[in-house]
Amino acid sequence: MLLKTPLNEVHKKLGARMVDFGGWEMPVVYTNQIEEHHAVRKFAGIFDVSHMGEIMFTGKDAFNLIQKLVSRDISAMDNGKVMLCVLCNEQGGIIDDLTVYKFNEEKYMLVVNAGTQENDYQWMIQHKQNFDVEVKNVSFEITKLDLQGPNAQKILQKLTKEDLNEIKRYRFKEILIDNVEMIVSRSGYTGEDGFELYFLNQYAEQIWNKIMEIGKNDGLIPCGLGSRDTLRTECGMMLYGHDIDTNMTPFESVYGFAVSLNKNFIGKEVLEKQKNEGTKKKLVGFEMIDRGIARQHYSIFKNGEKIGEVTSGTPSPTLNKNIGMGYVRTEDAIVDSTIEIQIRDNFAKAKIVSLPFYVRTKN
Amino acid sequence: MKNYNIQDALFYTKEHEWVKIDGSHATVGVSDYAQDLLTDVVFVELPNVGKEVKQFGQACVVESVKSVSDVYSPVSGKVTEINKDLESAPELINNDPYGKGWIYKLEGVNESEKSNLMDATKYKEFIAGLAH
Repeated sequence: MLLKTPLNEVHKKLGARMVDFGGWEMPVVYTNQIEEHHAVRKFAGIFDVSHMGEIMFTGKDAFNLIQKLVSRDISAMDNGKVMLCVLCNEQGGIIDDLTVYKFNEEKYMLVVNAGTQENDYQWMIQHKQNFDVEVKNVSFEITKLDLQGPNAQKILQKLTKEDLNEIKRYRFKEILIDNVEMIVSRSGYTGEDGFELYFLNQYAEQIWNKIMEIGKNDGLIPCGLGSRDTLRTECGMMLYGHDIDTNMTPFESVYGFAVSLNKNFIGKEVLEKQKNEGTKKKLVGFEMIDRGIARQHYSIFKNGEKIGEVTSGTPSPTLNKNIGMGYVRTEDAIVDSTIEIQIRDNFAKAKIVSLPFYVRTKN
Repeated sequence: MKNYNIQDALFYTKEHEWVKIDGSHATVGVSDYAQDLLTDVVFVELPNVGKEVKQFGQACVVESVKSVSDVYSPVSGKVTEINKDLESAPELINNDPYGKGWIYKLEGVNESEKSNLMDATKYKEFIAGLAH
């Protein structure tokens, strides 16, 4: 039995194609995946991502426990700050990538992936031990909507008295939107300006309908997980279960920046060693030179020898070429070098490029 | 349920390919239902001319942004012609699945294989049973 977000029926009425994603029945596309992609790059799109998990840490040791769990130093976070972090096991393998929201020294919210939510929660509880902190999984009480795109602020501003200019990138505030209390952060998974909204399930339809109605004239359309995936891939953002899992470490993926060796945390020993000795494999981005689309698990070759595997691959609607990411031997992770992707019986040429593929031009 | 364009003169498979049989020659494509299910077709890997395909055997590959789908041949035969236009304009499969979106042509077709396929009426019933 698939889990459903409070907006499940709304999506179906809009004609969305529903798929199983991490045990949830989610909209993958409403009308046209490529149009939904372009809408976010040019105007605005709204995503129901209520399948994602929220775990609250409250109490005297909230800071201390999170500092032990995630590899990134959170001591410099101000109240109202959002930080992208990684949760590792003792081997340095990535259990999840997540965002940490700091309310104050004794209250944090950790936003985790849908498929990993239960496992993350168990891991956190298991390491709670003597820490004086309450760890509460509120995932099933919270609706999460991502409003993304250059027109996102203009649309959301019509529903609140707060000046949204006050919410800077990777910051959040607790404000009223259409008279509903919510957490609003300027962040997202698309590479565009935009907001992530967290509020109680009972307001899901009200808020969704309101934003849809208000946003219509600014080009807002509902967007499914399909366009979410092409948008994030263009930005070189990781998708858990594809680009990262417990077989990869932060240094092997793009998360080296999220490892702070100046503090103690789970997995530090292995990661310290990797920092000093280097890794055997490394995530790279690539563009196809020959025709063909690379897909997860396709093999990567160089001079007839297998050097790695694709973790994500897609046509890029913005760049109009086929792009992908994958792990190769570290010695082969050279920008501008040519590799081959095995696509069925063919070996299609591709070129390693630096990530991200796409960066928005600030206006 | 959506109103799909199902053409009368063609025969269909359960995998949603269509075939137009003309004596020992045939033209193959995917149905309107298939193109809708695939969503935007962004890549077609055409079969090689001269390839021998078996009825219901894998003939080529159609990819959307998100998915990779095999196309199974509705009838056996030898590939004589492929729709090269699909290499630069794979969206023809979405826009005109029975016309400009044809995929390949066969010779050496045995008309008796028709008995393993659905005509338009049966195929309409078949997809009505799938959608709900």
